[in-house]
Amino acid sequence: MSAVHPVDHAHDHDHHDHRPYGLMRWVTTTNHKDIGTLYLWFSFSMFITGGLLAFGIRAELFQPGMQLWKPELFNQFTTMHGLIMVFGAIMPAFVGFANWQVPMMIGAPDMAFARMNNWSFWLLPVAAILLVTSFFVPGGATGAGWTLYAPLSVQQGIGMDFAIFAIHIMGASSIMGSINIITTILNMRAPGMTMMKMPMFVWTWLITAYLLIAVMPVLAGAVTMLLTDRHFDTHFFNAAGGGDPVLYQHVFWFFGHPEVYIMILPAFGIVSQVIPAFARKPLFGYSSMVYATSSIAILSFIVWAHHMFTTGMPAAGQLFFMYATMLIAVPTGVKVFNWVATMWKGSMTFETPMLFAVGFLFVFTMGGFTGLILAITPVDIQLQDTYYVVAHFHYVLVAGSLFAIFAGIYFWLPKWTGHMYDEKLGKLHFWLSLIFFNLTFFVMHFLGLAGMPRRIPDYSQQFADFNMVASIGAFGFGLSQLVFLYAVIKCIKGGEKAPAKPWEGADTLEWTLPSPPPYHSFETPPVVK
Amino acid sequence: MAVIRANGQTLRKLLVVAVAMFGFGYALVPFYQKICEVTGINNLQNADAVVNTQADLSRTVTLELDANTRNDLPWTFRPVVSSVRIHPGQLTQIVYEVHNNSDQFISGQAIPSYGPQLAGKYIRKLDCFCFAKQDFKPREIRKMPVTFVLQNELPTDIDTITLSYTFFRVEGPVKPAAAAVAREPKTAT
Repeated sequence: MSAVHPVDHAHDHDHHDHRPYGLMRWVTTTNHKDIGTLYLWFSFSMFITGGLLAFGIRAELFQPGMQLWKPELFNQFTTMHGLIMVFGAIMPAFVGFANWQVPMMIGAPDMAFARMNNWSFWLLPVAAILLVTSFFVPGGATGAGWTLYAPLSVQQGIGMDFAIFAIHIMGASSIMGSINIITTILNMRAPGMTMMKMPMFVWTWLITAYLLIAVMPVLAGAVTMLLTDRHFDTHFFNAAGGGDPVLYQHVFWFFGHPEVYIMILPAFGIVSQVIPAFARKPLFGYSSMVYATSSIAILSFIVWAHHMFTTGMPAAGQLFFMYATMLIAVPTGVKVFNWVATMWKGSMTFETPMLFAVGFLFVFTMGGFTGLILAITPVDIQLQDTYYVVAHFHYVLVAGSLFAIFAGIYFWLPKWTGHMYDEKLGKLHFWLSLIFFNLTFFVMHFLGLAGMPRRIPDYSQQFADFNMVASIGAFGFGLSQLVFLYAVIKCIKGGEKAPAKPWEGADTLEWTLPSPPPYHSFETPPVVK
Repeated sequence: MAVIRANGQTLRKLLVVAVAMFGFGYALVPFYQKICEVTGINNLQNADAVVNTQADLSRTVTLELDANTRNDLPWTFRPVVSSVRIHPGQLTQIVYEVHNNSDQFISGQAIPSYGPQLAGKYIRKLDCFCFAKQDFKPREIRKMPVTFVLQNELPTDIDTITLSYTFFRVEGPVKPAAAAVAREPKTAT
């Protein structure tokens, strides 16, 4: 083309966006929309990787006895499934949403530090390669569980060092991403958009980013201590040298508990955008939502030891952490009631994003209740490290975070791609996911109550039936995600043209832009009344 | 550009927070040790004060003795008798024996553990080899006592307690014995 119409092309170029094409566009991009897309695809590829590991786990647990893997490899599967899903799939997906949506929702032209944004994304594939290749080093990947408890993590092979470095890199990426998001939100809002006019998604991400900056460095510190214990003769966690393995658990969970809110608060934000849009009513109790989110974030710093009730804590400590944990149910309850109140007497329609949001509401709340049960110290001592815990955190992480991610993807896909997704496929994806999810994880409650321990490749005969059900559910859930992939690709390739505002009840700033939005949007900030 | 300047300021503030939190992670270490010290958790190396020595002869508890060494310690460590039957409130002494199988001076520290864990707080030790680091000469054999009282408050549903010690090698100057030095091949200087 350029050879035939050189003049036209140059002329064209002046009017279009200056950007490299092909691969280099993605490597060098500083555009928040491109980086958001990169984050989301990276997250999906990690979701598939972690999902394949889950296939491996469920295949071994399909029947009692040892069939497929050696116990060490099984432990590596459970560990890496956890690490990859938490740090590779869920967290980057939310950062992807933040990149796409935060600037458009607050009327900013781009993120505050566009080049740092590029860097924080491109660190992630490096960390992912470290994690995945650690399977092929002598001794294999780390099998210490995603929590990497000492002293096991002090003793393992070189795969553990790979995991430590991967966590360092992902931590650096998260911290840079968070600094970017906070700065963008605090300094670059459109004129007239006061803090209390910000969309809930922006609010939840602001609070999440603060949590990330506060706790990712603590995790970096914990794994650095592990690293020096392993190689440089320090004795933070080595009892033989005067250290204490329980100390590791305290430092880890000081990070780990806020981390679970890091993975759910942006999900709350997405649901708080989706439900009002499809109920055609403004979000009920906006300011109480803001305060509830902040309360959850603050409380998350004083409950960490509820993960450690069996470590031999004094009764006073157990009581404190039990009551503090139960207190979190109050702001979480405020949020759930507000969502229900938003739907109350609304003109609701159930397109795919709304289905996922309502599904989230039901199933996440069940996960919240089992969390409350686990918060009770004497009950927790019984259920510690059983499948009840596995059921609980998959209810809040899969049906909570992941369903909210799906809701957000279907909600904003028309905006991002300019095409409507296939509603039939979306609904099929939702119902398959919901049914198979419950098939997989609901039975795990019974397994846990009956005493089946987690992270063990074999089990007693009496657990066989429920495990077979869970495995069938897991295979079905995994395969259902291919419907999602197909629906997304189909939507990117074409489909019914999406209007600027495909959802009647949506009212945030991104819907004032055409679909898809121009490469550079809001270069002149909109004025918010 | 006011925005760019403001962004730079925010970036610096947030970086300070991130670095401070990294430091906070390390600050948790002395903080944790202080908490343990003040509350008496991990208080394994001090003698206990015994408040009641009234023996309850109507009750007998089996104390099973266990001994372990951590992987790289070339010691044979075992209790002289593997189980004793005692009455709560009675002053009891048990004896462990260590045999240093190597030709080196080695120091070790024993760490106790109890099964059931809960029983630990009812074993009040007046003296124990676990209160101090133990130094062993090459090939030395030594018997070491533990003197304790099992408190009467021990819940009645516990009739067997396992008392287990694990010896860890303690870092420090490991002086090679003369014999060991003599046997080492001389390398070219």
